[in-house]
Amino acid sequence: MQCENCGEREATVHEVLIHQGKKVEKHLCQACAGQAGIDANPNTPINELLSKYLLKQTGEARTPESALVCPICQTTWAEFRQSGLLGCPGCYDTFAERLGPLIERAHEGGCRHVGKLPRRALSAGDGGRMERLLGDASERAERLADLRRQLACAVDAEQYERAAALRDELRRMIEISGGREVIEPEGGEV
Amino acid sequence: MMVRPGDGEQSVPAFDRGTEWLRGHGAAADVVMSSRVRLARNLAGFPFLTRASRTDRHEILDLCRGRVLQARLADRILWVDLHESPVPERTVLAERHLISRQHAKGKLTNGVGGPDEPRGVAVALPDERMSIMVNEEDHLRLQAIRSGYALTEALEAIDAVDDALEAGLDYAFHPRFGYLTCCPTNVGTGVRFSVMLHLPGLKLTGELDKVKRAAEDMSLAVRGFYGEGSDAAGDFYQISNQATLGKTEIVLLHEIEQEIVPRVIDYERHARKTLLTRRRAMVDDKVHRALGALRHARLVSTEEAMELLSLVRLGVVTGLVDDVEQETVNRLMLLIQPAHLARTVGRDLDQQGRRVERAALLRAKLGP
Repeated sequence: MQCENCGEREATVHEVLIHQGKKVEKHLCQACAGQAGIDANPNTPINELLSKYLLKQTGEARTPESALVCPICQTTWAEFRQSGLLGCPGCYDTFAERLGPLIERAHEGGCRHVGKLPRRALSAGDGGRMERLLGDASERAERLADLRRQLACAVDAEQYERAAALRDELRRMIEISGGREVIEPEGGEV
Repeated sequence: MMVRPGDGEQSVPAFDRGTEWLRGHGAAADVVMSSRVRLARNLAGFPFLTRASRTDRHEILDLCRGRVLQARLADRILWVDLHESPVPERTVLAERHLISRQHAKGKLTNGVGGPDEPRGVAVALPDERMSIMVNEEDHLRLQAIRSGYALTEALEAIDAVDDALEAGLDYAFHPRFGYLTCCPTNVGTGVRFSVMLHLPGLKLTGELDKVKRAAEDMSLAVRGFYGEGSDAAGDFYQISNQATLGKTEIVLLHEIEQEIVPRVIDYERHARKTLLTRRRAMVDDKVHRALGALRHARLVSTEEAMELLSLVRLGVVTGLVDDVEQETVNRLMLLIQPAHLARTVGRDLDQQGRRVERAALLRAKLGP
């Protein structure tokens, strides 16, 4: 078998990944595998092999860990990795890129807040405040899309109480955003 | 009205008969001891507790205390500055599930902190249906607790408390991550629904592990009587959601309230029914031996008391025991805890003294 990447050398490194429930296979030669962060040297200890691979995957090789410090509270990414606790609200922005995947895993794939909003803060709403709480237009649109997806799933699964709750939430979000959209989930009225 | 320690005869009120969640009332009270909903909130403009200086902590405490006492959250609110409160008082609050054991000690999960860290708790009196911890892992942890299976009611109550507090406090909130929390596992809604279940039937039929595995497969946490890191004293287990982000509070509520817990309740009832039809004499014997021991023993440890009370509770809810009230058994589960016992007796006790007094209390309360 030839290397999938260069198409020249013999593929000697075979990697099988399960990505979003689907099996993805890679067949590479030693040189291309090395470039992809897969070390196929049989003498490399397994932990080193794994950490090298993870570094490549999460991009940590590009930004050294020591360089990641929250400018507001001085918490480092390494400290967070050790304690599991962040230092201040600003850490969520500082570490957003790395926290994102961790948070998604901890919350069964959840990566965006839907649900309660600080009511008084929102009602005091000038435009800037709304943006600070709800994000810019594209962020708000994504949130709405996310809710619609969840609503469609609930309807498909005949979970009507959940669907009703999601529909209320969607209405509320649209109202808050000042929009006038019709909410009809695929499959008709809930 | 605000009650502060020192106003009454005892530093913390006697908590006589007010505690609502011990009443043994409400839906599915034969299996569900209590339902609890907790919200985690932090103030904008302050570091989390991990990075807060002593000045920050005092400032956060003052802001939250002021708001809590101003917001008219209940007819009477007890406020305790825990860093100034003696150990037995703090332990009593933890034994009553009004504060976490961690908050009683003043330590964060990473071991940082100590008893002098500025922190406090507010408790709604006389029913203790709501409490607010200030400067625990997050600046604010609000909880509503109810007897029996009543998560919806508890959510509505704590939602109103949250709004009342937010009317005078700026919360740390993020467009993508929602309510920001010190630990990212609580971020988003910051909500945790917990149901305390009494599962002696599944224990006796040996099916408990199956249920625990099933709950864990559905990404729910199964914990003991005193929450995280505690043992399942007296066959009590708390089941709670783990994910807090990406689903609305109502959806999270539905998942636990309608999809998971009812199945566990059914399993437990089925186990009890099976035991009563197929192994009635065995269960009857176990229950009455337990009652006999509680009515006559002279030395009883906390663990033994919890085990025996669990069996008696099983006897009461299945009709095998007809001269003891469920509420009596529920209350005893708190009264036999070390700090409660010392307070009832009115003096400090060593381990031997506690065992003697515990046995005496049990004889007095359960005497035929």
